[in-house]
Amino acid sequence: MAKGTIYNKDLFLNKIADKLGRERKGDVSLPTWKHQPQWEVYKNESIDGLMAAFLKNSKERNVDVYETDQSELSETLERIIETYGGGSIVTTKDSRFSAYGLTSVFDKSETRIWDTSVGKENIEKAKHADIGVFFSDTSLAESGTIVQFNDNDIARSVSLLPITYIAIVPKSTIVPRMTQATHEIHKRVEAGKEIPTCVNFISGPSNSADIEMDIVVGVHGPVKAVYVLVTDR
Amino acid sequence: MPMKIGEKQFFDRVDDALQDDFMLTAMASAQDRLRDKKLDATERDETIGDWEEWRSAGEEIRRHTLENLDFYLDQLSENFAARGGHVYFAETAEDANAYIQEVAKKKNAKNVTKSKSMVTEEIGLNEALEEVGCKVHETDLAEYILQVDDKDRPSHIVVPSLHKNKEQIRDTFKTKVGYMGTEEPRELTAFARSQLREVFMDADIGITGCNFAIAESGSLSLATNEGNLNMVTTFPDTQITVMGMERLVPTWEEMDVLINLLSRSAVGQKITTYVTNLTPGVDEDCVDAPKEFHLVILDAGRSKALGTEFQSALHCIRCAACVNVCPVYRHIGGHAYGSIYQGPIGAVLSPILGGYEEYGELPFASSLCAACTEACPVKIPLHEQLIKHRENYVKEKGMAKTSEKAAMKAFGIGASTPSLFQMAVKGAPTFMKPFVRDGSISKGPGPMKSWTAIREFPAPGKANFRSWFKEHQKGRQ
Repeated sequence: MAKGTIYNKDLFLNKIADKLGRERKGDVSLPTWKHQPQWEVYKNESIDGLMAAFLKNSKERNVDVYETDQSELSETLERIIETYGGGSIVTTKDSRFSAYGLTSVFDKSETRIWDTSVGKENIEKAKHADIGVFFSDTSLAESGTIVQFNDNDIARSVSLLPITYIAIVPKSTIVPRMTQATHEIHKRVEAGKEIPTCVNFISGPSNSADIEMDIVVGVHGPVKAVYVLVTDR
Repeated sequence: MPMKIGEKQFFDRVDDALQDDFMLTAMASAQDRLRDKKLDATERDETIGDWEEWRSAGEEIRRHTLENLDFYLDQLSENFAARGGHVYFAETAEDANAYIQEVAKKKNAKNVTKSKSMVTEEIGLNEALEEVGCKVHETDLAEYILQVDDKDRPSHIVVPSLHKNKEQIRDTFKTKVGYMGTEEPRELTAFARSQLREVFMDADIGITGCNFAIAESGSLSLATNEGNLNMVTTFPDTQITVMGMERLVPTWEEMDVLINLLSRSAVGQKITTYVTNLTPGVDEDCVDAPKEFHLVILDAGRSKALGTEFQSALHCIRCAACVNVCPVYRHIGGHAYGSIYQGPIGAVLSPILGGYEEYGELPFASSLCAACTEACPVKIPLHEQLIKHRENYVKEKGMAKTSEKAAMKAFGIGASTPSLFQMAVKGAPTFMKPFVRDGSISKGPGPMKSWTAIREFPAPGKANFRSWFKEHQKGRQ
């Protein structure tokens, strides 16, 4: 991609340096932080302990959680789709669907798999879809959060537009908290690798407490959130 | 509309607020709930360990970032542009608006959607966009309510429509946008969803504020709950983000710490429902992401705090934890401050950004109880900065620079305004209660510290003198 433009930088930054009473700084090393409480959270927790915390915290966020293992996943997902009213489905384009043996589930229902070649038509489909299905890339025990690394195929619309979303959460993706996820992204940046244009941390259905501090679940994003927690190791 | 709210003088606004019983009850109840939720998610949440450690971590990160602000802004802008984004450094609100107007004109934009953003309120961006023929749609529920109600102004940094009850919102929706339902929040919210659904899809430009920019990758991190931010940043072809120049962190790792402090302090959540991190660099095939991405980095008076005793005011992460514990805010509400930034942080920031002429009286809207300083997740010494502002204000008005004279000036202002004086007198026993031992104050907060280090203050009595006198007068009749 062509480099974008930057306007007024030097004038602006020179003024800041001047106010700070020194010359502009060309290089700054990050200090070793004296306080790092984030690494202590669930520090020595086992994967089962993390999974239990993930379950508890997801439920706190109004998420319906189903547990299964890889061999039962396809059947479980089919049943869950039925439980939430079936209808039309939109999914991200993700090789994990076939790796986890889920292709047949979508063959049986009215499903749109995200396909960039048909352009904006995808959005129209997603707008009218009843359920969006996708994988969590990283999952946070502390807050029952799923993380999506969105790109062309792992489309943002799938977790956003349908009334209900179903996130497949492989047990192997669970980490203690955001700390581990952002550490990985930081390492990617340091190594000069590209990062996704949208890294979305999502914790349950959209909600608001703007009217008299009463929580209402379901505002502009999904109204219902479902996790399928899969034991994959 | 810019930072300023209303045309009346500060003490007239206070008098108005003190007459508004509903608003005051709403403020008190909201404060209690927000404060309690915050405590549950911070000091009372054993999972995260010692909350003080988190506060120290936040302070350390913010201090380092501000001390090296020129470097990190340079890094941010270069990384943002390297991925194809456009960066505009704006010295003033007018510069920022002019740039955004140009982008809107080039794009021939008619419809603009916005997520909640105090900085765009500060610069009056909506009016600037309307000048060039854009229809601006506020999409955060609270901002939508305010916009529908003839562009009412925010009364709280995090929950801008806090001063309105559900019946008022129902009536506004009925009169202004044809709502037919009840006052149930669920129904009102569903109505807003239905009204905005197509608006999101048809917008030409999406505009956001910024919680934290991440310098190392040119990314922007946004913490929200309603899903509107995601709609605003997914469907329009052009995205514009406006950020105060201090709102950034060096790397993704510091973003983690600050998002945690923000979510827990602002709304008592372990994490907000969405933490959306956006970086330019979308290729042509992508269907649901903006094709053009602009970042406007705003000074608008912030640099006046750099290198001064007010520098740490720029550490603020806009969580409103200080607002939610402030006894003065509780008694006068948000609009009385006359600024979109209210409460203790508003009383510190507004004079920095807008000057003493306009906002010099705000630092006197404080009992100096230091509850704000205790609540701040990044340890800004707010009550000390309020005292410093008072000194500066008094000095600017031609009086000697001593804190004693500043205190006398404060007393004069308080005593000359009957309602404020009454509030202060009635409130004194409540504000001071935590510091009272055996009927006197031996370890006072804030400015009382140096006094109480050598002698004791008598605790304010439950029956104040005026009430006592009134009662005794009655008895003699």
